[in-house]
Amino acid sequence: MSQLLTNYYEAASVILFGIGFMNLLLQNNLIKKFIGLNIMDTATYLFLAAKGYVFGRIAPILTNGIIDAEYYINPIPAGLVLTGIVVSVSVTAFSLALVLRLYKHYGTLNMDEILRMVREEEGE
Amino acid sequence: MEHHHLNLVHNIPFFSIFFAMFCGIITPLIKNGRVARYVHGTMVAIVGVLSAVLLVNVVQNGEAFTFMMGHFPAPWGNELRIGPLEALLAVLISVVMFLTITAGSEQLFKEIVPEKQNFYFIMLNATFGAMLAMTYTNDLFTAYVFIEILTIASCTLILARGTKQAIVGTTHYLVFGCVGSGLFLLGVCILYGITGHLLFPQIKETIAMLMTTGEFHFPLMFVVTLMFVGLGIKSALFPFHSALPTAYGSTMTTSNGILSGLVLKAYIILAIKLCLEVFTLETLVELKIADIMFVLGVLGMVMGSVYAVHEGRMKRMLAYSSVAQIGYIFMGIGLGSVAGMIATIFHVFAHAATKSMLFICCGSFIEDADGKEQLENLKGAAHRNPLAGIAFTVGALSMIGVPLFAGFISKLYFAIAAIEMTGMRMVLVLGALAISMILNAMYFLPSVIAIWSKPKDEFKKTQISPLFAVAMVLFIVVNFVLGIGYRPIVEVMEMGIELMQMVL
Repeated sequence: MSQLLTNYYEAASVILFGIGFMNLLLQNNLIKKFIGLNIMDTATYLFLAAKGYVFGRIAPILTNGIIDAEYYINPIPAGLVLTGIVVSVSVTAFSLALVLRLYKHYGTLNMDEILRMVREEEGE
Repeated sequence: MEHHHLNLVHNIPFFSIFFAMFCGIITPLIKNGRVARYVHGTMVAIVGVLSAVLLVNVVQNGEAFTFMMGHFPAPWGNELRIGPLEALLAVLISVVMFLTITAGSEQLFKEIVPEKQNFYFIMLNATFGAMLAMTYTNDLFTAYVFIEILTIASCTLILARGTKQAIVGTTHYLVFGCVGSGLFLLGVCILYGITGHLLFPQIKETIAMLMTTGEFHFPLMFVVTLMFVGLGIKSALFPFHSALPTAYGSTMTTSNGILSGLVLKAYIILAIKLCLEVFTLETLVELKIADIMFVLGVLGMVMGSVYAVHEGRMKRMLAYSSVAQIGYIFMGIGLGSVAGMIATIFHVFAHAATKSMLFICCGSFIEDADGKEQLENLKGAAHRNPLAGIAFTVGALSMIGVPLFAGFISKLYFAIAAIEMTGMRMVLVLGALAISMILNAMYFLPSVIAIWSKPKDEFKKTQISPLFAVAMVLFIVVNFVLGIGYRPIVEVMEMGIELMQMVL
């Protein structure tokens, strides 16, 4: 329990990940589903950002000539977060474009209803 | 083992990935779909030849090497890692990609509207590049990025025809894909948090240390589960397979061939690399993940075939058959032995070469039957297109596991790997192999009989294009090469696995 409290950023991000994950899996509304995807991705960025930050240190930009690594935080997680954001933006854009076309064809955002209509069409 | 001297052959892996991506970037400028196909085909052929040169080179030297990307050496920079197995996989990917697109291109041009044909080839180039990158990479986060690229590219391949069903199929596939890559990403992040590294050899070292001290036992187990379940979802492991039949049933032939033959395999190749280069087989057995994969694999082998027996539509039947074959592959990984790994990798080869061929044949039968894909509408299809009929029969026999065909050899190696085990595992593997072979025969034989039976009414012969004919003959040859001349291929795999297990 005390470990959870000291690592509260990580604990929060895993909880957020769970919320996003369940939304992505269980929501029927497609827009909400992909919002869940975004919550899930953002949770991992929080995790990475929390891992990369060391309390009391500064960003690794040389301004006062100190080249001792002990003085700076780890910049790699920030780079990973940036890459991750690019990835999640493109996946979101693609999925929203898909949702748009589904809505044009079926007139609803409810996945269950769409699947029911597909089954009815196949049955005919 | 590391060689940093200037050697032209060592640049091939980077060049292949870069070349594929570069062709993807210039393809939008080519408005004509046929020209785009030539660019794509030439690129794949060049990469295939170069990969073969690379393969000969690494096998002769018996070496594996790392290729530094950019100016930062390990443990900070990004790396590619190439050994005999990676080179062999690159050859496989190139050959199957080339033959599938060559055989399916005429149909492809009929199915996609002309002004969008070049877009299809952009996505094929991206898919190809991403698969190569996942084969070669030595960096966990790079692997994740290419997983996402492959997900989007393969979704657009499903979507290409633009029908209502295709959109629904793509959405379904995309949701599953996102779930899988989300789990994988969380696994990567936590693993980075535990070990502080992203490069495979460094993570391997740290994990070996952690396993001896017993620290972080539970987090490691959690991480490994997340990553392998993520990859399992993406490669349609039972019970996460439900997106596959909807997606495959709704899409075009070439996409079916590429997705089932190669894209699913790319995730599995990554899983195999993780098993050998990051987590070692012993660790996986100790963390009990091997058991989970074994059980899911055995269930998939049986259940995939049970679904396939009950499916009347041919494309969906083949999709369920893929679920069963993915079951074989995970069962092999779950054995946690080198012999199991060899069987698994051989099955990746056998299934990639066979399933793409089956899908292309199936697509051509369905086209001849005016788009009807129920088995009764395909009666006599092989008389209309004898070459596709022969190829389908070869593929079906290979899937069932008849000697001389590729599928038999992988089942033989699975059985050999099982005999090394003791007790329940051996019984389970041999039992599952026997049951699934019977089930395979139960759904493949009726379709073979149906396509060769006398058609009821008048029929006209299908015009077989020369490209289709050449590609089909080559597909059959590849199947026999895997089924008869398998010894040297397995030797290369053994050498590759041995080098991957060593710490570079």
